[in-house]
Amino acid sequence: MGDAPPVLEMRGITKRFPTGTLANDAIDLELRRGEIHALLGENGAGKSTLMNILYGLVTPDAGEILIDRQPVTIRDPADAIARGIGMVHQHFMLVPVLSVAENVVLGNEIVRAGQLLDLREAANQIKLLAGKLGFDVEPSTRIDQLSVGQQQRVEILKAIYRNARILVLDEPTAVLTPQETHEIFEVFRRLRTEGASVIFISHKLDEVLEIADRITVIRRGKVVGSRKPGETNENELAELMVGRAVSLRVDRGRSHPGAVTLEVAGLRAKDDRGHEAVRGLDLVVRAGEIVGIAGVAGNGQDEIVESLMGLRRPIAGTIRLAGADLTRATVDQRRDRGMSFVPADRHRFGLVLTYPVDDNLALTRYAERPFAGGFAGIVRNFRTIAANAVRLMKEFDVRAPGPKALAGTLSGGNQQKVIVAREFGQDVKLLILDQPTRGLDVGSIEFIHKQVIARRDRGAAVLLVSAELDEVLELSDRILVVFRGNIVGTFLAEEAQREKIGLLMATGAARA
Amino acid sequence: MSRLGRLARQIWQVASIPLLAIVLAFVVAAVVIVVSTAFTSSGFAPLLPLAAYASLLAGAFGSGTGIANTLVAAAPLIFGGLAVGLGFKAGLFNIGVAGQFLVGAFAAAVTGANLSEAPAAVGAPLAMLAGAFAGAAFGFIPGFLKAWTGAHEVVTTIMLNNAAVLLLTWAVNDLVRAAGFSFPRTGPIGNSALPIILGRNLHLGIPLAVVTVFAVRWLLDRTTIGFEIRTVGQNPNASRYAGMRPIFITTLTMTLSGLLAGIAGAIQMLGVIGFYAPGITASVGFDSIAVALLGRSNPIGILFAAILFGAFRAGAPLMQIETSVPIEIIDIIQALVILFLAADLIVRRVFRVRGAKPIIPELATVTQTWAGGAPPAQPT
Repeated sequence: MGDAPPVLEMRGITKRFPTGTLANDAIDLELRRGEIHALLGENGAGKSTLMNILYGLVTPDAGEILIDRQPVTIRDPADAIARGIGMVHQHFMLVPVLSVAENVVLGNEIVRAGQLLDLREAANQIKLLAGKLGFDVEPSTRIDQLSVGQQQRVEILKAIYRNARILVLDEPTAVLTPQETHEIFEVFRRLRTEGASVIFISHKLDEVLEIADRITVIRRGKVVGSRKPGETNENELAELMVGRAVSLRVDRGRSHPGAVTLEVAGLRAKDDRGHEAVRGLDLVVRAGEIVGIAGVAGNGQDEIVESLMGLRRPIAGTIRLAGADLTRATVDQRRDRGMSFVPADRHRFGLVLTYPVDDNLALTRYAERPFAGGFAGIVRNFRTIAANAVRLMKEFDVRAPGPKALAGTLSGGNQQKVIVAREFGQDVKLLILDQPTRGLDVGSIEFIHKQVIARRDRGAAVLLVSAELDEVLELSDRILVVFRGNIVGTFLAEEAQREKIGLLMATGAARA
Repeated sequence: MSRLGRLARQIWQVASIPLLAIVLAFVVAAVVIVVSTAFTSSGFAPLLPLAAYASLLAGAFGSGTGIANTLVAAAPLIFGGLAVGLGFKAGLFNIGVAGQFLVGAFAAAVTGANLSEAPAAVGAPLAMLAGAFAGAAFGFIPGFLKAWTGAHEVVTTIMLNNAAVLLLTWAVNDLVRAAGFSFPRTGPIGNSALPIILGRNLHLGIPLAVVTVFAVRWLLDRTTIGFEIRTVGQNPNASRYAGMRPIFITTLTMTLSGLLAGIAGAIQMLGVIGFYAPGITASVGFDSIAVALLGRSNPIGILFAAILFGAFRAGAPLMQIETSVPIEIIDIIQALVILFLAADLIVRRVFRVRGAKPIIPELATVTQTWAGGAPPAQPT
């Protein structure tokens, strides 16, 4: 492996953005033929910028790119494609209403008799290619009928169809279930045996160690190390990434559960398509404990959380908070009673990206004193809004140019910290966390986990919903497994067995 | 200095594209004027646009009367522009200003006619209130339909525009037709006319419009209601999550928008027209959309945009008299301004603009609501 010739060399790549940030600082990267190369780094470390330079989306200030030892200039993605570089973005570039075959050939259509699209020939070629890579995909299926994992494979097909020899994937596993992650890794291995090279961007240490032949770590625009998986471990990689020792395991301490805070009985709710997604759920969370809900995404978690928060009206059942019936209460009333909520989708629910950080930090209490007052109580008090922001930004280590920076300009980790800072207020009784660390780097995850435990120790009840079983196992004092809208198993943290929970998650039964 | 410099930069950021769009519109309209001279008896006249624009300027600002005419023409556009701009802030595209304007004008005319003998201090305010209330009610309908049933406001307000015209024609013919006139119209408003505060025609509606600009600005920027309106417009999901009620806010915003449009109709009725007759022009309704876009939904911007459009209307007659360039060239200029705003890439290329705000969110609202497509991509 070590002696295969390099297909790609990037030398001294430097890029400074007009804002002044040095995104890439003399980065060297070498990719060999048939190599799976992981690019590891925190959010904002410069991984994506480097890959965008390779794909011709960003022009570097300095540095050179060599393909097969020949210097090349890549002006735009068309150049990159012509040189055998394929890219799969985090957000897929597919046309949802077109078929798999149409999407794959788009821009590269097979035509016969002049201008007639030959989709049958395209379908045949795609089937052949898919077979080689071990996918099972029907070329005539419409994209919007495919799962996220399947769509990703169509993106890979698209690149390979254009003869890509160097495939770049930006955080390919961020949107996948554990099962799909295994499948995509299998695809990587097949690509490797076919002689293609893969660069994949990630910040998940276990994945990188599992699949990569080589790992290059980038921190603040610089390469800080390059390792082979056999020569390193999670702790070393985390330290390289963050620049300091990081505790990957949170010290949960002992919980001291008190009175019942949240009591859900017989909850039923429908999803957006009108199917019953929550089917008679019973649930209790006590003050001072963290209850984790584990489950494969799409087993009613979204509907449970939305019903609890007042964003979805349940069709049956009751929700009580410290004894008070809140089943029909508005979002506002629930917040007044001490419920707080970190949503899974921070861009859709948690933030207004076009607002400054200070408005976002007051978003859920904008109409209360001291943020509003004066004439009829509707005059906003900008001084307290700004002061609140300064205080919370300091306390929660939100890194932004200032309280007036727009939320959309912050990195994902800092955006999440804005939400956490807002929701982890002083008098919160019940904290509902929906995928609180999705897409975040180890440093931010560590910080948020510590905050969650601190809240619990101050007597808050915490309900954690996460598709990451590891996160549920690490944080929860009690673990509930949800399957098709109901709880199919309960475990205390001490007696939780990974395999047993995994099986319950997948099948809803303790024995398959 | 640095504070002043920063302020100047901020103003340039928001105002550069609209200003340059205006400049470009004048340039292209000049070409149209020159080309059209080739087909007239006067023959090819390359300098005619300069003369025409000079007359336009003189007509609009060259005399006290000109300035008064400009402001009188601007006043309903200020209210109409605020109506459309307020809707944009909540992500709503109110094309129904035309209908709400007519309903407001009609209600003011009927109330004014009934109170024509009453003291001005009674008739004028009550007629204004009637116009405002009628406009608000007419704006409430599409707001309510949108909030509760999801019926798109673009569709419903276009339909309601037609409904307003036909309904009011029927009402003037069969319900409130005044006796003693050869055509269907409402009675004279007498004492209910808006007081003239200066010269021949500068009525009270003008200071009222300016005050309203600052009132709307205060509402949007300083109050929790404005914050709710803007949040619903920027991210409806986040607004629900934050405990706001988008259904209520959508209804409220359309009602307020209709209220402003109704006042536009009322001041035009009580300050200029004097009676309602079928076929009175509702061009204010559509010019208001242009004003709101040019003003970037910012109340102060709308004030300036409305004065510009008012100046076009006030200056055009003198331009036609002095240079024979037809009044209709104004419509071409207005259309070009909007074209260049929408295709702001052209403006950027021509003037090599840097540092201006990248997109005009109001136009995103328009395209979104028209096409019903997905919102523009958010930065990650």
